[in-house]
Amino acid sequence: MSADGRIFVKGNEAVSMGAIDAGLKGYFGYPITPQNEIPEFMSLHLPKAGGAFVQAESEMAAINMVLGAAATGARAMTSSSSPGVSLMQESFSYMAASETPCVVVNMMRGGPGLGDINTAQGDYFQATRGGGHGDYRTPVLAPSTCQEAYDLTREAFDIAFRFRTPVMILGDAILGQMKEPITRGEPRPADPAESADWGLSGAKGREQRVFRSLFLAEGLLTAVNQRLRAKFEAMSSLTRCESFMTDDAELVVVSFGSIARIVKSSIRKLRARGLKVGLLRPITLFPFPSEAIADLARQGKRLLTIEHNMGQMLDDVRLAVCGIADSAFHGTLSGTIPTPDEYEAAIEAALTGGSK
Amino acid sequence: MSETLAFTRTPSVAVTPTHYCPGCQHGVAHRMVAEYLDAEKLAEKTIMVTSIGCSVFLYNYLRFDSVEAPHGRAPATATGVKRVSPDKVVFTYQGDGDLASIGMAEIMHAANRGERITVVFVNNTVYGMTGGQMAPTTLVGQKTTTSPAGRCASTEGSPFRMAEIVAGLGGVAFSARVALNNVKHLAQARKAIRRAFEVQLAGQGMGFVELLATCPTNWKMTPVQANEHIEAAIIPTFPLGVFKDIAKNAGAC
Ligand SMILES: Cc1ncc(C[n+]2csc(CCOP(=O)(O)OP(=O)(O)O)c2C)c(N)n1
Ligand code: SF4
Repeated sequence: MSADGRIFVKGNEAVSMGAIDAGLKGYFGYPITPQNEIPEFMSLHLPKAGGAFVQAESEMAAINMVLGAAATGARAMTSSSSPGVSLMQESFSYMAASETPCVVVNMMRGGPGLGDINTAQGDYFQATRGGGHGDYRTPVLAPSTCQEAYDLTREAFDIAFRFRTPVMILGDAILGQMKEPITRGEPRPADPAESADWGLSGAKGREQRVFRSLFLAEGLLTAVNQRLRAKFEAMSSLTRCESFMTDDAELVVVSFGSIARIVKSSIRKLRARGLKVGLLRPITLFPFPSEAIADLARQGKRLLTIEHNMGQMLDDVRLAVCGIADSAFHGTLSGTIPTPDEYEAAIEAALTGGSK
Repeated sequence: MSETLAFTRTPSVAVTPTHYCPGCQHGVAHRMVAEYLDAEKLAEKTIMVTSIGCSVFLYNYLRFDSVEAPHGRAPATATGVKRVSPDKVVFTYQGDGDLASIGMAEIMHAANRGERITVVFVNNTVYGMTGGQMAPTTLVGQKTTTSPAGRCASTEGSPFRMAEIVAGLGGVAFSARVALNNVKHLAQARKAIRRAFEVQLAGQGMGFVELLATCPTNWKMTPVQANEHIEAAIIPTFPLGVFKDIAKNAGAC
């Protein structure tokens, strides 16, 4: 630790610290690169902080351990990377339906399938559309620095408990593996009162409590889904994004996570050459900052979406500006690590060549 | 002449009709678990993990706090509950399709870790809820909707004897198989359920109890025939007995 309290850590460690400082009570996970530092950190530090660590036999077991722990009202989490998260999807659906709060970290790697242990953003659709079966949404937070990884993981637990919902932290191999200085906040002690009116604790002196997602009687599930829909709509209050040099920009790049950092470097270089370009970085991917993006389009700015996939967030950008404008797209495919030079060229081409 | 009540309802069983078929023994299994927990005054600190299958509405009949696990995953969910609430009494209630097929990995690993939970395993040799398909416990030669010629050992395997398999794992403190088909067996079942909870409460490891139960509907039998079928056909494949008890083979773990 430096004199000013800063520590030099990997993104995965920052996530782990954020969770422990948020009062984490149970971590359950299964190894997969590039997020192994999270279970490793948890195995060493969570028991010391009074929490439980279990290395599960699979991602399916891990997420269902989270389900059990979270149903008791404890702060619980798991972490994985793309193929592992796919295996967890069934239980996300259960937890969304039974209103079980938890935090899930996805440090994305290349796909489709067992693609690559290196970085990619190919899980945007899966993350932001709920991913599992049924009809549900979960808040998705996309940090782009180690400090943000710490802060957003911490905050993710508050959001999870406020809305009684799973919350996803969507990072990637770059974020997980890069090292940066961060400042930790005050640790928050686990608060047993937080879930006192809904957590499972044994039905002493009260009616039983049940976490369920099965509602067979005619109309019952519809009523549950109506209530859930209202909740998903209320999540719009969480919307957050970062604007970087957008005020006088003629062209604004929309990009998220660690890729947005690379884009930022490209924009700085283009600005140094006098080109009017900026960046809008969604921090919440669900809810998506559609209004902020529509505003830019209304001001006549052109848009370029840059992602490390074949174009997934692009759909959300286009929906945001539908009827006002369109967005050009530049995608780096998984299996290739993007460079600032590549993005510099792509942004310049979009600026000078007009919208594609 | 005044009437004497021969049977009283145990408080943790809800006063409501069940959805089970006539002669189904899920209800008997429910009641035995509730009777033990009520008798030991443990109901107030019990959390049950329910699963998929005909017993999916267990929480409508037993008034314990409950979380519903996806198909097969109850032992993992129970692990999560117990690890953050070690002072609670935690049990799973699972059918043979749930525990021995899709959930085979979860039960093996929870047992091997010695999770301090109790597993109530109802073996009726078929998938009940989905209409009588072949289960991992289906007897060789038994006709089901997906083994219409009778289960063939050489292509479909032989029934898994879960109580014996689980007994072989280090983290298990008690494992037994009992049947729900007659009064003598019910007394044994009561004892086995008790032990399966006692080892959890003593922190000794997992308590596992396999209950041989009827599914008259999918066996296409009357309830009486189904009870006889347990004796004549099922027990020969699934012998009753205690396969492990930490009290008797101390140091085995
Ligand atoms: C992932 C998944 N696959 C399949 C099903 C369908 N399903 C529901 S119950 C069941 C079988 C249950 O059989 P068993 O565990 O033996 O319980 P029983 O109905 O006999 O009491 C199946 C396959 C499901 N609900 N979830
Ligand atoms: S189908 Fe079988 S297991 Fe299901 S309720 Fe009917 S008798 Fe019981």
